[in-house]
Amino acid sequence: MSLLHFTNIGITALSAVVPSKVINNLDYTHFMSTEEVATVVKMTGIAKRRFADGNTCSSDLCIAAAERLFSECGVDRSEIDFIIFVSQTPDYRTPPTSMMIQNRLRLSKDVGSFDINLGCSGYVYGLANAFLYASQPTIRKVLLLNGETKSKAYSTKDKSTSLLFGDGATATIVEKTDYTNPTFVSLKSDGAGFRHIIMPGGGYRKQSSLETLQEKTYEDGSIRTEEHGSMDGAAVFNFTITEVPSDIKDLMQKANIGWDEIDYFVPHQANKFITDHIAKKFKVPPEKLLYSLHKYGNTSSASIPLTLVSELGDSATDNKFKVLLSGFGVGLSWGNVITELNRCRIAKVSDYTS
Amino acid sequence: MLNEVISIFAECLEKSTDEIKGIDEFRDYKEWDSLAYLSVIAAIDDKYNHVVPLEDFRSCRTVNALAEYLETHVDK
Repeated sequence: MSLLHFTNIGITALSAVVPSKVINNLDYTHFMSTEEVATVVKMTGIAKRRFADGNTCSSDLCIAAAERLFSECGVDRSEIDFIIFVSQTPDYRTPPTSMMIQNRLRLSKDVGSFDINLGCSGYVYGLANAFLYASQPTIRKVLLLNGETKSKAYSTKDKSTSLLFGDGATATIVEKTDYTNPTFVSLKSDGAGFRHIIMPGGGYRKQSSLETLQEKTYEDGSIRTEEHGSMDGAAVFNFTITEVPSDIKDLMQKANIGWDEIDYFVPHQANKFITDHIAKKFKVPPEKLLYSLHKYGNTSSASIPLTLVSELGDSATDNKFKVLLSGFGVGLSWGNVITELNRCRIAKVSDYTS
Repeated sequence: MLNEVISIFAECLEKSTDEIKGIDEFRDYKEWDSLAYLSVIAAIDDKYNHVVPLEDFRSCRTVNALAEYLETHVDK
């Protein structure tokens, strides 16, 4: 069973960067009618998003976010001993992006680094790894970067995805702490559902070709190529409302913690209908349920930390918040974290222009 | 159970309960779409604490069939 437990390690600084270009979903009517768009926006809660320009990669946004930690949160770059970059929109298929980030951030060659290819569960998986590395005596700070430019991965003519995803990146510092901070993490997998969120072409199972780049029209009228991402919304919805609540329940039981002790529930910002449904199951009061999806949409693995940065802001500096973070999506994969933000330094969300 | 399922469809599709009959093939309603699907699955989960698996839901063609399915799969 993949249940991790940590003490005396925590998230001590957070920052987030979003591209400056704002997409207003109600005006995004080049493919769907105004009425259709309005219905989707009402259900998902995603009113606005940010799109990166053609020159901007996830790595650029992540580097800008990391620089914010150095300039705004007092993080000393020379204390970073490990980089984890979580993204499904890397610069290249190979090499990995994390090493280029080490170089561009002017960090020492003694820094270890790797990429994690995960989407919406990626903050939870990334944090689990960051906590594991930070537990080593020789590692001072782990820099966890979550960045996506999903606007480049999905068709703009796909009814099930074209109004959901936004671009953005976050930087998180995980390190040893002088406070106990009992932290519990669950990590889960179900590859039986691998097709539910997939980019079928362009990998090595089905290499890029004229065929995979050919636009096709699907049953619901959506138009995309096999090198665009696709999502079976109904299957993902069923998976989420079945697995996520039961995992949250298990983890809270193992952590011996009740909802009254949780200050904030921060789910992956998939869509408001799904997360409201989960919160309702647990009778989570609305003031404990944090959302930023109305401003930034679903930014994949960046959505949980982006929400912490955007919604908690300065209030975290002098406070102690017990948070439950919930990630779920591509793989299929999911996981939950119970941890404490104790005097966490948060730099406010910054706009990025290339 | 049938009346409860009719109420769920009425609420999710914003129809009156009189417009919904057990023999109706609900996918033929003009209000039926992928978002209506999410609403119905969520409403069933709210009421019975049961998520109908996709393949089971697909095999239910009529309102009656869904009511019969729920009859045997949920605690009332």
